[in-house]
Amino acid sequence: MNYSDTSIVASTSAPFLSLENVRKTYPGVVALDGFSMEVRPGEVIGLVGENGAGKSTLMKILGGVTTPDSGTITVDGTAHDRLSVEASIGSGIAFVHQELNLFDNLDVAANIFFGREPLRGGPLKLVDRAKLRTMVAPLLKRVGANFSADTQVATLSLAQQQMVEIAKALSIEARLVILDEPTSSLPLAETDKLLDVIKALKADGISVIFISHRLHEVERVADRVVVLRDGMLAGTLPKSDIGHDQMVKLMIGRMLKEREKASEAARAPGATALSAKAVRTPAYPGRPVDLDVRRGEILGLAGLVGSGRTELARVFFGIDSSLGGTLELGGKPLALASAADAVAHGIFLVPEDRKLTGILLDLSIAQNISLPNLPAHARRSLVSAGAETATAEKQKKNLGIKAPSVQTRTGTLSGGNQQKVVLGKWLAMNPKVMILDEPTRGIDIGAKAEIYGLMRALADAGVAVLMISSDMEEVIGVSDRIAVMHEGQISGILDKDRFSQENVLLLAVGKQPR
Amino acid sequence: MSKKDLGLLILILVVGAIVAIINPRFLLPINLANTSNLIGLFGILSIGQAFVIITGGIELSVGSVVALLGTLFIDFIAVREVGWPLAFVLILFLGAIIGLVHGWLITRLKLQPFVVTLCGLLIYRGVARFYTADGTAGFAFGQNFPELEFLTAGRSYGVPNSFIALIVIAIVMWVVLHRSVFGRYLYAIGKNEEAAKYSGIRTGRVVMAAYVICGVLTALSAIYFAMYTRSISPASHGQFYELYAIAAAVLGGFSLRGGEGSLIGVLLGTVLLQELQNLVNLLGIPSSLNFAVMGGVILIGVLVDQQWGVFRARRLMVDATRKGVAGQAAE
Repeated sequence: MNYSDTSIVASTSAPFLSLENVRKTYPGVVALDGFSMEVRPGEVIGLVGENGAGKSTLMKILGGVTTPDSGTITVDGTAHDRLSVEASIGSGIAFVHQELNLFDNLDVAANIFFGREPLRGGPLKLVDRAKLRTMVAPLLKRVGANFSADTQVATLSLAQQQMVEIAKALSIEARLVILDEPTSSLPLAETDKLLDVIKALKADGISVIFISHRLHEVERVADRVVVLRDGMLAGTLPKSDIGHDQMVKLMIGRMLKEREKASEAARAPGATALSAKAVRTPAYPGRPVDLDVRRGEILGLAGLVGSGRTELARVFFGIDSSLGGTLELGGKPLALASAADAVAHGIFLVPEDRKLTGILLDLSIAQNISLPNLPAHARRSLVSAGAETATAEKQKKNLGIKAPSVQTRTGTLSGGNQQKVVLGKWLAMNPKVMILDEPTRGIDIGAKAEIYGLMRALADAGVAVLMISSDMEEVIGVSDRIAVMHEGQISGILDKDRFSQENVLLLAVGKQPR
Repeated sequence: MSKKDLGLLILILVVGAIVAIINPRFLLPINLANTSNLIGLFGILSIGQAFVIITGGIELSVGSVVALLGTLFIDFIAVREVGWPLAFVLILFLGAIIGLVHGWLITRLKLQPFVVTLCGLLIYRGVARFYTADGTAGFAFGQNFPELEFLTAGRSYGVPNSFIALIVIAIVMWVVLHRSVFGRYLYAIGKNEEAAKYSGIRTGRVVMAAYVICGVLTALSAIYFAMYTRSISPASHGQFYELYAIAAAVLGGFSLRGGEGSLIGVLLGTVLLQELQNLVNLLGIPSSLNFAVMGGVILIGVLVDQQWGVFRARRLMVDATRKGVAGQAAE
């Protein structure tokens, strides 16, 4: 055994980071309760748990943003009671957040070395752009980027932007990279790229904590899975025991049956509700789309990010106008000049970005739910608070929205409950076509199952449901048919008997399925 | 009345009491009547501004509109001998057209409100000066309009009719802003225009309507201002009035980001501003310091309000902690 070998053995046995009995309480809530874990160099830890299980608190402690009440944090052999932000960065802990923190008006290089730009001498302290570029190039290569240092961030896809974030982490010589829900907005192929980057980090001896709700991805990359539940360590799964069911069981303490229920035998197709003929979206003006959504079905719309799915939904909902072609609703021509027109026809959209477009965070649950149908909640143009409350109470009960009252501000609700408010405002009306764009993104497993149940109930009631999703398990598990988009066009439609991850993936990249 | 409004009311009363103690003339009927007349004039203007600010917009041209429409009004009735009721309606209509054009440029052509109304500020002022050839619009000697003068500059039981007009308008607009479907739409758009649009609200029309309301109220106040001054030199008439209106709204708790503020707030803001003007006169403060006093008070007001918000948030958290601890102890 030579010298370098022993050093590797030594480094793999001593953990880079270890937490012991960490406790953190917030007013009225115990966020973390005697939590312990350790991360060894070059180890990929999958960290899973429902929303509210304590993952974010743990991240805040590791980032030095929050001080734990008690417990010890040992980084690289040094024990701390708490980490400061400087200590966290200084010891090589880097974060890639779910919401990207990039300046999209700057180029890649400027983002990676923001605030740490190499300067030329002289009183003006100009940025040494040549040197900056040579510093950035190797970092981009390490993350497998297919774009250059002077690309504007705004022109990059989400996955590429995440690579920029990871490159940024590498630029501070990170020894532990924490990825918080990095794949939640990435579709199939791009997710694969990201998982490859994680493997490359591992090969370089860098530790990774991978937080995700997408369990099959955790399954693929993690060396060990740590499950959090109610602020406590619910269990640790070694590589050999990592599996979807085991994780779910630890996360919620019981097994889940909802999804199986959703995927029963194929149903008889209903009449066509919404029909698009040669519709062209502003994003892909040269590519006409034909698509029928039938009554009583859940049509899954899969494809890569940027394949034009959201843009198509925006046309169906009247936000953007079609550049050509025709739309029909129940066989009658449909002209949509605005979302208001779509709403009037019973075409509703649960948008991708809940907080920006789905709900008004400052309004109450009742005010959000009545908003699209306010005249019905008014007498002589004056809003009736009683009618609003009644409608909202009904939806709150119906959907199981967890909130102290319908007067609660929606901004204080969890993601799942906010999504239910978005659904509630449409269910309170009379949907004919319901379009859901990434309806379960960032929502925990329990609430996900409820939302699947609701979609199925809508379909059973004769509503045409169009579900855009980048989550493969979801698309296959929930849909009755799957339409796949590729570069602005429908590349194929799969019936239930041809559902497979492979087929969806092939269509998504523009190839023929098997 | 919200706590914010209550705070503002207390401030108004305290300042009033102090001024009254130092200079008892503050409480003379003639002073109160003059001040409430000005409150009426500026109040109508400020309510219009508030409707635009609530949507997250801004209307910078109101001062110039007051000059232009005031000039036109006097010209119509004094020179062109249009019957005053017709002229009155015509001016309100012009105000609506100006609002509609601004709203259209902002919502359909997607120009920024600041830019559109800044251009308006320059254009209307220029047109007004051109119209009178930089002269003064006024009434000929002995010319009078008893009914119009009674309605605008007259008094009922000692109360200026302009103030009564403000109260009537305020009541109507309170209902519109705080109780109607349209008012809810305004707040929703001010908070998050995209989300409002995705809820099926025709946001463009609603915003346009807000600018039209602002235009009409501005036109109405232009008539009142014209009848108050009785002669208008378009180069200076109404100058900075947009800033009075914006200041009243901001003092009254409106956020320039939109979605926040109440009608009572903007009324109280107007009252406080006029009280300050009066204070400068009565306390013998050099009138050149007029603007400085106003600016200082607004700054302090906004600062106190913001710090109070921070303090309250902190107190809420401490309360919640106590309750949480108590809850645990109980278990």
